[in-house]
Amino acid sequence: MSTPRLVEVRKNVLKQNDVIARSLRERFQNEGVFVVSLVSSPGAGKTTFLEKTLTLLRDRYRVAALVGDLATENDAMRLARSGAPVKQITTGTLCHLEAAMVQSALSGWDTTNLDFLFIENVGNLVCPSSYDLGEDLRLVLMSVTEGEDKPLKYPTIFNSADVAVITKMDLAEAVEFDEHAAIANIQAVRPGMTILKVSAKSGFGLQEYLNYLVHLAESKSTAHAESRP
Amino acid sequence: MHELSIAMSIVDMAEEEATQRHGRVVAVHLRLGQLAGVVKDALLSCYSMASSGTLLEGSELRVEEVPVEIFCGTCNAPRVLSSMQWFACPVCGTPSAAVVHGKELEVSALEIEE
Repeated sequence: MSTPRLVEVRKNVLKQNDVIARSLRERFQNEGVFVVSLVSSPGAGKTTFLEKTLTLLRDRYRVAALVGDLATENDAMRLARSGAPVKQITTGTLCHLEAAMVQSALSGWDTTNLDFLFIENVGNLVCPSSYDLGEDLRLVLMSVTEGEDKPLKYPTIFNSADVAVITKMDLAEAVEFDEHAAIANIQAVRPGMTILKVSAKSGFGLQEYLNYLVHLAESKSTAHAESRP
Repeated sequence: MHELSIAMSIVDMAEEEATQRHGRVVAVHLRLGQLAGVVKDALLSCYSMASSGTLLEGSELRVEEVPVEIFCGTCNAPRVLSSMQWFACPVCGTPSAAVVHGKELEVSALEIEE
């Protein structure tokens, strides 16, 4: 038997996901919808934060949400209270969303009349980092109750996200949250990262966060309009 | 734990190549970045499970770990991080989020017996 021959391949293992994510991004661009995804550990407050976001944005914008959950439809039911259209993606035992799941959840759903689409990932700080979903902006949430060193433990997810959102700020004092340390840790693993502080319960920081989203969405649509011949 | 689905993608990819080249794959070479979000040991134990019953059964997964490299604007050079908890130039200390390497998750080569 001959000795094995080394054949160069150089293929991205997640190519299939990346191809679908790219086509989703093009679709969202053409439809003029700004897409925001949320990742965090379980219990960081994604659903409450998103429910508040949908409720507040609905006054002036057309918004909708996709929500990934392992087994239940509880999150979708909670988000539906905002009055916005919500679709559940039940992932079964899968610990993260993939671009194909977003694509199939959107089939038959008219997103052309939307301003914002939110995608809530499964609560997990590891697996979602590998998968592009075609979003414009990825938020990583960490709550004040989780400990200031979360970013140091999960540098990968902080590097796959665009903005860090510190949630449950209303509890900061009660849990002796060291804001200075948390911010320093985020900046250590992702220098220059934009950091927002919010409380969905008290409303603290929400206006600033919404203004930020609206500003990004408007910049995107202006850039798209200018790029057209 | 998404290493099993990653392992299955690697097997699919290698099977396709092996079929095209009419050969038997003895080993798959993978470049795995430290920022790829995949745990090497978990991937290795999933690999034998994912490859069993396929053309890749019995083949070996050889993982080359790729350290995180950032671009330092002050030194005007790429630098390998000294710690995953400190994204800064190990020479001059300037913080940098410009990741040059470390996100790789790539089948780089196959060892094929023809």
